[in-house]
Amino acid sequence: MKVSDISNALELQIFSGSKGLDGEVRGGYVSDLLSDVMGNADAGHIWITLQTHKNVMAVASLKDLAAIILVSGHKPDENTAAQSEEEGIPILGTKLGAFDISGKLYELIGKK
Amino acid sequence: MKVNEIVRVLDGRLLCGSERSDYTIDVAFASDLMSDVLTLVNDNVLLITGLANLQTIRTAEMSDINCIVFARNKKVSQEMVSLAEESGISLIECRYSVFRTCGLLYQAGVKPVF
Amino acid sequence: MDGALHYEYNVEGGDFSRAGYASSQIKKVLKGMNIDPGVIKRAVVACYEAEVNVVAHAYSGAVYFDVESNLIRIVFKDEGPGIEDIELAMTEGFSTASTAVREMGFGAGMGLSNMKRNADRLNIKSEVERGTTVEIIINI
Repeated sequence: MKVSDISNALELQIFSGSKGLDGEVRGGYVSDLLSDVMGNADAGHIWITLQTHKNVMAVASLKDLAAIILVSGHKPDENTAAQSEEEGIPILGTKLGAFDISGKLYELIGKK
Repeated sequence: MKVNEIVRVLDGRLLCGSERSDYTIDVAFASDLMSDVLTLVNDNVLLITGLANLQTIRTAEMSDINCIVFARNKKVSQEMVSLAEESGISLIECRYSVFRTCGLLYQAGVKPVF
Repeated sequence: MDGALHYEYNVEGGDFSRAGYASSQIKKVLKGMNIDPGVIKRAVVACYEAEVNVVAHAYSGAVYFDVESNLIRIVFKDEGPGIEDIELAMTEGFSTASTAVREMGFGAGMGLSNMKRNADRLNIKSEVERGTTVEIIINI
């Protein structure tokens, strides 16, 4: 399933990095601790978090994540969005909380 | 959903609060940031987190959270159990990721806060 | 509610194993009084965030807790680096917390806004390289 399919199905807002919307999603990962994501997320995961600062993009890029979903109406910081554009890793957004959006994404893609 | 059903759905381990395991929790919240948890206005929320330290228990105490699921195979210390016992908080260890934990509980009918 | 109550607790900078102890004691006192649970929750959430701030940023401090006939007053006084720009510090997302504090689940720049949201009045005074005083007032 592509990032764009998920974005459409879950009615996500697209903040930045739309170049990466064709990327393939292999699973989801929920975490607000950057070191945890560094250690445990896998390439192709969509990362669900409320962290908005620039370091988020550094982690997403190093781990080859498919996209980031910011929860609870959070918006990326300006330089985070700029970095996302550059890297082509989309930052998406939802008003829903992490539990809710994870539940819906899990239903959509299952596994991990 | 009752606490012992949550344990079953997650194939988890209930570490304390077994004497209260038949009370019901309707809504859940997932976060690793305690200040985020502290914004909750609901009572009787299930907290799903991968942050396992004393401050997780303290945060639950201040927010009137009665049950915490520690995902990502995080181990709960004896100190955390003692503090949780004092405040009547049930603790569950679970080896799944937070993502999968949320997915399974969502499918089982647990509702989000808000 | 007859007669005013007064308590004091020490708060050690850097000691995360004890962070929240004072707030927990304050919660117990409040629960023993005839105070609305929603009001107690607002008081202890603001109090706990303030306590965590002292632990995360200051060297040492104390909290002074008073219950008067119509209000709860919680004052944290610390010796520490102080806050250079209080207005900036109040901005959601702004934080000077260390990586260690962030990995503890704090330091996301939400603490002061949480305090503001829960307190009926919040007064912050700070002197750089001296310390900070945070006064939280909750109406009963």
